[in-house]
Amino acid sequence: MAATSHVTETGPGRAADPALRASAARPGSRLLHRRPWLRLALLLSAPLAWMLLVYVLALAALLITSLWSVDSLTSEIDRSWTLENFRTLVENEVYRNVTLRTLGVALAVTVVDVTIALPIAFYMAKVATPRVRNMLVVAVLTPLWASYLVKAFSWRVVLSEGGLAEWSGIGSPGYGLTAVVITQSYIWLPYVILPVFAALDRVPDSMLEAAGDLGAPTGMVLRTIVLPLLVPGIVAGAIFSFSLTMGDYITVNIVGGASQMLGNLVFVNAGAANNLPLAAAIAMIPIVVTLVLLAAIRRTGALENL
Amino acid sequence: MAVTVLTACGAGDDDKTTEAVEELGEMEGQVSILAWPGYVEDGSNDPDVDWVSAFEEETGCQVTSKVYGTSDEALNLAKSGEYDVIAASGDLSLRLISSGEAQEVNTDLVPNYDQVFDFLKDSEWNTLDGVNYGVPHGYGANLLMYNEKSFDTAPTSWGAVFEEEELERNAGKVTAYDSPIYIADAALYLMKTQPELGIENPYALDQEQLDASVELLKQQREYVGEYWSDYLKEIQAFETGDSVVGTTWQVIKNNISNKDVAVTLPEEGATAWNDTWMLSSQAENPNCSYAWMDYILSPEANAQATEYFGEAPNSPAACEETTNPEHCDIFHAGDEEYAEQLWFWRTPIKDCLDGRDVECTDYADWTQAWTEIKG
Repeated sequence: MAATSHVTETGPGRAADPALRASAARPGSRLLHRRPWLRLALLLSAPLAWMLLVYVLALAALLITSLWSVDSLTSEIDRSWTLENFRTLVENEVYRNVTLRTLGVALAVTVVDVTIALPIAFYMAKVATPRVRNMLVVAVLTPLWASYLVKAFSWRVVLSEGGLAEWSGIGSPGYGLTAVVITQSYIWLPYVILPVFAALDRVPDSMLEAAGDLGAPTGMVLRTIVLPLLVPGIVAGAIFSFSLTMGDYITVNIVGGASQMLGNLVFVNAGAANNLPLAAAIAMIPIVVTLVLLAAIRRTGALENL
Repeated sequence: MAVTVLTACGAGDDDKTTEAVEELGEMEGQVSILAWPGYVEDGSNDPDVDWVSAFEEETGCQVTSKVYGTSDEALNLAKSGEYDVIAASGDLSLRLISSGEAQEVNTDLVPNYDQVFDFLKDSEWNTLDGVNYGVPHGYGANLLMYNEKSFDTAPTSWGAVFEEEELERNAGKVTAYDSPIYIADAALYLMKTQPELGIENPYALDQEQLDASVELLKQQREYVGEYWSDYLKEIQAFETGDSVVGTTWQVIKNNISNKDVAVTLPEEGATAWNDTWMLSSQAENPNCSYAWMDYILSPEANAQATEYFGEAPNSPAACEETTNPEHCDIFHAGDEEYAEQLWFWRTPIKDCLDGRDVECTDYADWTQAWTEIKG
């Protein structure tokens, strides 16, 4: 032991001896080894604290805020409990319509994105040469480097009167829900292609070859082998495009014409009408919808394969 | 009183001060201003449009400014306490006062206040119970903008955006101001066209009158292409032809290069704004704030700012300084009779502003109605 201490004192260069480091760390690791709960606590405390602060507390704050009300003249928040905001949401037809419209747009965007993403991802994963595949991955990722706002305003210009859409002869739908679906589909597309591509990439080529050798026609291979293995990727992509569209308000502001979605109502009440409690109540709608959706997907078992 | 002196000396304190300053102290070297677009131009938008640099050189107060899009947004920003001076329209000023965000203004410390038109002083939206909360900037109307190519004869009535047979020809290309206060535009039109509703003041609507206005706006909604509150969005929409008729401000027209776009003040009159420079109760730079208020009321600066925005200046002396000698005639500056044709933005409250003995709808009702109109 005397030699050891002597070596330790000779300088930092020698201290890197693995045996010495192990001996110094030993009491700690011994303690952790003997107390599994401590090990677990240390490992999980940081992410748990993060979860608690960022998700649970924020959601609780949102729920509490939605139970308050606001004075219309001074905009001071009145902190007595009331269910008035939720009653407004339930009784007023507008909120029902806007919720349905938002759901519809989110669904449409998801369908469009999955439809486009499937062939592209299949080509990237199974057909393209490695060189082409790399180029395609870069091409899919590149739009993510441009600002969301730039992309939305570009679509405003493209769809405007005399803009690129009209000039090219395709014709412009004008500003409105169609424009919103087009723009949102464009913006979220990479988030759908990538998980589908990742899922497809994991399907071994040998499996497809084996199916072919056993005489399965292409349609059958796609239906019975590729599609089941793809479902987790599609679900992941669909969750992205659906929930991101549900909460968005910027695109609707820019190309949505006169239509409004849930995000706009939150924005207007929080940013303009100074009615934070009502905004919080409205914000609960997409949260509840997404939770219900996730629960439903969980029951199908698709989440376990992610 | 102790608080008043403290603030006057420029010492920062977090408490809100709503009493007036008795005397001014040293300049703090900076002032932050919250204003409508076009009110605080320092040449960064257009090198030829700059009256802030002169102020900075004169007083040594560096100006930081933020523009807001709607009065509602401004109220939120003002509450943050980051702004010393706020340019508030009539629908905002009372809300600032009642929420304790405004500080009484000692007009003796604003020498240029003397020249301001008398009828603009101590108006219902800058003075409460005889206490003055701000100095007038200028006033102007919410005009009707249209694309000449979409009309055989130039429209002269708000019917162009409210009557179905007029709306049909421009379906999907109509625009309207995206704020609950726009309900007053419909009420003003009903006041002239349906006298049986008994609307005396477009900002004092009982439930029945509000319902009628909402009905008119819901009908208009079918033809609206988009609502605007961001002035840049409206400029682009009229530039390309996505919008061809709707409400606007003169400053928006000034920024549109499309030669077919014109503006008019319709025969029914119009809703309008009458803006007040107010001092925040949380102002950290009260001395520079007073310097700014005095500067922007000076004939030269007021003429520049109001001419650029497209509104009437606040003093006869400012009318002498405008680059277009007819500017004040065009905007009827100082014409009290004309100003009476304009319905300046007010905050609708439960006590009817026109003195009727019924319960009126308040701003919360209007906000709710506006959400319903947009659907």
